[in-house]
Formats: sequence, structure tokens, C-alpha cells
Amino acid sequence: MNHELIRLENLTMEFEGTRILDNLNLTIENGKFLTLLGPSGCGKTTTLRIIGGFLTPSSGTVLFDGKPINDIPAYKRQINTVFQNYALFPHLDVYDNIAFGLRISRLKEDEIDRRVTEMLRVVSLKGFENRSVASLSGGQQQRVAIARALVNRPKVLLLDEPLGALDLRLRKDMQNELKRIQQEIGITFIYVTHDQEEALSMSDTVVVMDSGRIQQVGTPEDIYNEPANAYVADFIGESNILDGTMLEDYKIRFFGRTFDCLDKGFTPNEPVDVVIRPEDVDIVDPSEGRLCGTVTNVTFKGVHYDTIVNFSGFKWLIQTTDFHPEGSRIGIRLNPDDIHVMHKSEYSGMFGDYSSYSAEYDEIAVAEESEEE
Amino acid sequence: MKNSTFSRKRRWLSAPYVIWMLLFTIIPLCIVIYYAFTDSVTGAFTLSNIGGILDYATIFLRSIWLSVAATLICLVVGYPVAYAISQMKPNMQRLLQLLIMLPMCMSFLLRTLAWVALLEDTGILNNVITALGLSPLPLIRNSGAVILGMVYNYLPYMILPLYSAISKINPRLIEAAEDLGCNKTRTFTKVILPLSIPGILSGITMVFVPAVSTFYISQKLGSPGTVMVGDIIESQFKGAYNPNLGAAMSLILMILIFLCIGVTNKVTANDSEEVAN
Amino acid sequence: MRKFTRIVTVIVFIFLYIPIIVLAVASFSSGADLAVFKTFTFDRYAELFRDSTLLVLLRNSAIIAILSTAIATILGTAAAVGIHYSGGRIRKLILSMTNIPMTNPDIVTGVSLALMFAFTGTILRLNSILGFWTLLIAHITFNLPYVILNVMPRLSQMNPYLTDAALDLGCTPLQSFFKVTIHEIMPGIIAGALMSFTMSLDDFVISYFVTGSGFVTLPVEIYNYTKKPIHPKLYALFTLLFVVILLLMIIMNLLQGRDKKSKTRTVVQSGIIGQQ
Repeated sequence: MNHELIRLENLTMEFEGTRILDNLNLTIENGKFLTLLGPSGCGKTTTLRIIGGFLTPSSGTVLFDGKPINDIPAYKRQINTVFQNYALFPHLDVYDNIAFGLRISRLKEDEIDRRVTEMLRVVSLKGFENRSVASLSGGQQQRVAIARALVNRPKVLLLDEPLGALDLRLRKDMQNELKRIQQEIGITFIYVTHDQEEALSMSDTVVVMDSGRIQQVGTPEDIYNEPANAYVADFIGESNILDGTMLEDYKIRFFGRTFDCLDKGFTPNEPVDVVIRPEDVDIVDPSEGRLCGTVTNVTFKGVHYDTIVNFSGFKWLIQTTDFHPEGSRIGIRLNPDDIHVMHKSEYSGMFGDYSSYSAEYDEIAVAEESEEE
Repeated sequence: MKNSTFSRKRRWLSAPYVIWMLLFTIIPLCIVIYYAFTDSVTGAFTLSNIGGILDYATIFLRSIWLSVAATLICLVVGYPVAYAISQMKPNMQRLLQLLIMLPMCMSFLLRTLAWVALLEDTGILNNVITALGLSPLPLIRNSGAVILGMVYNYLPYMILPLYSAISKINPRLIEAAEDLGCNKTRTFTKVILPLSIPGILSGITMVFVPAVSTFYISQKLGSPGTVMVGDIIESQFKGAYNPNLGAAMSLILMILIFLCIGVTNKVTANDSEEVAN
Repeated sequence: MRKFTRIVTVIVFIFLYIPIIVLAVASFSSGADLAVFKTFTFDRYAELFRDSTLLVLLRNSAIIAILSTAIATILGTAAAVGIHYSGGRIRKLILSMTNIPMTNPDIVTGVSLALMFAFTGTILRLNSILGFWTLLIAHITFNLPYVILNVMPRLSQMNPYLTDAALDLGCTPLQSFFKVTIHEIMPGIIAGALMSFTMSLDDFVISYFVTGSGFVTLPVEIYNYTKKPIHPKLYALFTLLFVVILLLMIIMNLLQGRDKKSKTRTVVQSGIIGQQ
């Protein structure tokens, strides 16, 4: 049954005057696939390394099964890790790499053999026992790293950007594979990544982090549909973020117009951030639209067109399967469930404006996501 | 990884080494300074040891000029060799590297002695010369012979660092230079030479330091007129026994070497900047 | 250009090997003069093996070289690991201390150690403490930097997560060193040890200053010999040592050739897994 396995209490990490983690609190349940998601430098890898026992927090407590484990060294924790670039031992073959942990805990050779063989089956690497790890492909090395960690039957598996070094195609396959393994073994996976798509497709719970703080914890659907603030809305998928005023429950006003929405519980006339996902916007004839604008840029993206529309100076990104040429006048319609309202936060006004839109935004984003630390 | 929980403990692994070096490198150097400034009989502070070195100024100057000459010859001769080796097939490169290291492993005393036999007035070379009907040459007991002895002994110390610097140069850079219109000479002066400066520097250091402090080569191949600092220091400990004067000389020699290395580094660094511009 | 450098190379190799050839040829001559070849004989080699003092000297040299290499390798490897995990100022300080014996001329190192031993002797009211132990200490001291400078680059080339992985899989820090780290840095350790061993075996200048009459190594004794008319059996010894070292180098070269192949494998691997 699901119960609390790990709890992080007031975790703070400082290194040479920089605050890497800022009073972090998080509860991780048994058997869940939890992802720490954020850009490089957000503290996600630091959090993982603290759980693994490789870093000692400046202050705060790590509880495992209700007991503090701050002073328990990595090698005594029932936690195993799949490292960035796998960290396979180059001087050992596949079998010996996987058997490494079992040999350290001095299991009998026939028990080791049974468990290694079983693990090779789980990660679909039967027949690779005596291959040198250097002769394996990236995906195969990845599987060895997972097997080497899981064979020790840890209660938690930590995965530090394990798919980062793989190419796109392999990455998709490994995502499914990882999810399958997690369901088969049934233990907690804590997964670190900067790839939002990876996080959404694999996780039970996503923890969005930035600047050493947790921005939001929730299911992938929650995170996507109900982002807690402008940062999350922008980091997960694409968002148009506008300034608005919550007139009363279910009534939001922006761009000088009042719209129906599904949000409530705000103080009357509270200034808020309004998120509108580019794929939720319906383009209609200007005469039928609640708002009218001019198309300033169109980029073909395969499944859809990225259409930038100028609404009296504020540019939106709209994703549509219909082509609207540059310069054409269009109208838009918004349904109440297309509008998501958020409280103002320190991130308000920093994201969600496509005025400086560039077709290369994806590439820029990828280039910025260089390795952490 | 530097801030990892375990790295703080691992740092202590260097403690025994640090203690060892303090005991057997730093303290001995302090004792050298102590001896250099104390009187051999009374043990009182004195500047007379340092002052006494003035008598040996010519010997210091001679040591420097002989070793600078030897270092330059090593550089000029060693560079083409290092370059040639770096252009060969990998197997050949390894073999030649070992062949250069091999003489370094053999007793340099005996090899120097062999040069005596080669250069002597009735030695092998002069035997050849007289057999050709020419009159024998004075090949030994002069500055030239001492320089030759130094070049012979320390040339490998020049070639090896030069070779390792040149062979590390990315061949793409040379192709790029040629692609950008450099001919062979300009590629050499604009790309290869500036990039091999680290090798040149360590080569110069590795030849100059032992050359300026040698005390055997000049004894065997030189004359009383080519006595070097090393010979004088040696005699303060093994002959005349005046360790205080010997310590003072060692101290000055050490300072001289640090100055020379410093100057070389600076000059070459400036040069490389000019070349880079 | 190419032709010129090749000609210089050939001349340099002749230059480097002429004295060795002279000594080798002389070892088969019945005369004592290096410059004159009298008649061919193996007598020098026979004399060499009958000469117990030379064998004792050789043994002394070997003892010092082996012991100092072993101790310097252990101390130096530990130090390299320690330095590797130290940050900033401490690291710089230790490394510049390591550079002192490397840039100081041997004669200064020898003199400074000799003075310190003399000083210690005076304090202990002993006549002379020079001998086996001072020689060993001196050799360890000048060997240490060679080990450190060979091991350090290996440590920084190592995937830093490997030790973490070992700890993660249950190794204590000590186990992780012996089960993982040491395998990764072994080529550096071996290179450092080999360099130490040859340096130590061949050292004359430093040994000359720190050794007493009780324990003398071969190079020091050769120096004493060369002050007098030299006995030609030394040429035989030289030639024998040359052949031994030549054979060792050929073996090393073959081994290295194998190592090179495995190294290209690791390079390929690191390309695949994208570490740097």
C-alpha cells in the first residue's frame, strides 16, 4: 500500500556562499514514479545526491521510513542510483558490473548468479553477460546501469538524467522501458530531468523546481492543466500569460473584456496571471471572434502551425492545424476551460509573451539545458 | 564532486605526503639558508659566506654562459628531431621515443668517460684524424668539450618535452592554417611554433637546471679554466669542507635558477603573445 | 624541410649512441684503454661475475630503488587522491611544494638533505647518521613528485561518478578505492613507479651527498672509481645493464602497444556515452 517512504524537511544547501537548495520540503510515497523537473542549476541533482548520501545538506533532515538518515553514509542506504553517463566500471564486464553490489555484500555465488540472470532478463540483456561494457551501445549501457542498481533490491532507485546521452528515438524507447521496469519491480523511482516531455510521460508525480525551491508538486495532468505560477506554466509546454483581474468567482477580465472561466476562490478584483495554452485557442472568422488580431509569423511544425498573432501589441502563440497566412486578420474564441487563472508570483511578467518569438526557440532552449554542475 | 560528503575525508590522504615534504624538502631548504648565514666556527650570524661568493663570480658567470650555450644548442638541434619524430608512424614514434630515453637510463658517468676516450689527444677521433694524414686537434679540456658533454647528456631532456608538445598539436589546426593560406613556413611560425611553446619552456628548464649545476662533466671534459659552480659546491662538502660557503653557493644557485626560469617564462610568454597577434 | 629534419634526427641518434658503442666495444677488449681496442676477449665479463663487491653494490642499488619506489608509490598515490579532492588554495600550495624538488637542481637537493642530516646528527650527538636510512629518505623524497605527477592526470580523466557508483553499491570509501579507483589510475601508478625506479637506480648526485661509507650504491661507487684509473670490468657491467634495459624497453613497448589498443577502445566508449 502507499505510504510515506522519504521525507525531506527544511532542506537547505549552501556551497561557497551560493544557496543551491532553499528550505525544501517534500514527501515521497512508496512505489511511486516521482520526477524532479527543472532547468540546470535548479537544485534537482543536488536534491537527488542528498537523498543518495553523496552530499550532506547544510541544514534540514532527510527521513527514510520515518527515521533521519542524514548521518548514514551512501553505502549503508537502501537506495541505489543510475548515474549520469551510467558510470559503469570499465574494468569489469556486464555480468561483473551487475554483480558488483551483491559481491560487496558477500552473497553466495549461486544466489548472485540467480539474481544477475533474473535482472538481465528484466532489462532484456540476456546473452550479454561477458561483453565488455565499452562494446555496448548507449542504450545497452543504460540497461546495465539500471540492472546494476536494481539487482541490490533497493527500496528507492534514483535516476540522474539517465537518458540525457541517448538520441531522441532511443530516448522514447527507454522511457517506455523505464516505466515498464518500474511497474514490474514496484519500487519508488526518483527521476531527475530537465525534459518536460519525459517528466510528463513517465511520472506519477512531477516536482517542478527552480532556484532551489519547489514551484509545484502534482500529477502530470495537474502540472499541465493547473500550473501554480507563471514559471511552471512557461516551463511545461507553451503558454500565453497575460495580466488579468479576477472580478468574482468564474469571471475574469483581460484585454478589456470579461470572460467566463472555471476558477474561483480569489479575492474580488485580485490582479492575476491568466494562462492560455496555444493549442486551446480556436481561430474563427474576425466577425465571430471575441478578440481580433493580425498574423505576424507562421512556422510549419509538422503536426501543426505555430502562428503568432498580434492582439493590439501583445503577441500570442497559437497552435492550429489550419494555415492562416501572414498578414491575415483572424478572430479567436475562448471556452471557459481554455482559461486558467493563477495568483501573481515573483515570476509574473517574466514569461509568456511571444513578442520576441523566434522559430528557433526550441534549439535555444536545448542549448541552455547543458549539464548541471 | 569537490563538495561531496566523501571528498572532505579523502583530502586527508595527502597529509602524510605534506608532512614528508615539510620534513625533507622545506626544512632542509631552511637549513641551507641557516648555514648560508652563519659562521662555520662560531655559529653566529654572518654575511661573509654570501660575500665570499664574490670571489667566485667568474665561475658563476661561466657556469651560466656554458649552460645557456648548451641549452640553446639542445633547443636548436632537438626541435627538428622532435618534429621529425612527431611526423612518423605511431609505432616508429614509440620506438624512437624509447631510444631517446634509453641513454638516460645508463650511467651518465661512464658515458661521459666514453667521451673522454673519444676526444682525448690520443683518443678515437684524433686517431681517425691522424690516420687521414691530418694533425690532431685539441678536442678536450676546453669550453667546447664541456658544452658538448652537456648537450650530449641533456639533449634527451629537451627532445622529449618538445616531442610531447608537438605531437599534441591537433592536425586539424595545421590543415586550418593551410586552408587559410599559410605556406609551410608560415604554418610553422604561426601555428606549430607558438603551440609548442609549453614544450620549449619545459625543455629549456629541464636542460638548463642540471647543466648549470653539473659537477662531473666539467671535471672530466674541462680544464681548471672551465670549473663550474657544481664543482665548487661539491668541493665544499667533499674536499675543502666549508659547508657554510657551500650552503651560501647552493642558495645563490637556487635563486639564480629561479630567476632564469622566471625570465625565460616571461620572455617566451611575451613572444607567444606577439606571434599570436 | 622533411629531409633536413630527418638528417638531423639520424645524426642525433648516432651522437647519442656513439659513447655507448665505445663502451660496449671496450668491454670486449683485453686492454684497459677505452680508446684502443687490443684483442677480443670475454675476460671482463668473467671478472665481473667474480667481483663480489660490484654485486653487493648492484644489490644495494636495487634495494634502495625497490624500497624507495614502493614507499613513494604508496605515499604519492594517496597524496594524489588527496590533492585531487582538495580545492583551490590548498591544492595550489601542495602542487607548488611538489614542484620544488622538480625544479631544484639535484646538487641543491643533495646539499640541503646532507646539511639537514648533518644538523640532525649534531642534535642527536651522533658522529654521522649518513647511510642506508638517509639514502632511502632522499630517494623517496625525489621519487614522490614523479608518482604524483603521473597519477594526478589519471584521476582527473576518471569519470567522477565511478567512485560514487561504488559507494552507491555498498562499498566503503576504502573498498571503492581498491575495487574501482585503483583500476582506473593504474597506468599512471605504473608509469610513476617505473620512472621512480629508473631515477632511483641511476641517481648519483643526490646519493653522493647523503650516503655514508656504510652503504654505497653502484653509481656513487662508479664515481669513486672514475677518479682513479678505471677498471674495464665496469664496461662489461655497463654493456650488460644496457642490454637488460634495452630488453625491458622492448617488452614495455610491446605491452604499451597492447595498452594503446585498449585505450582507443575507452576513447570510443567515452565517445558513445558522451562523457566530455
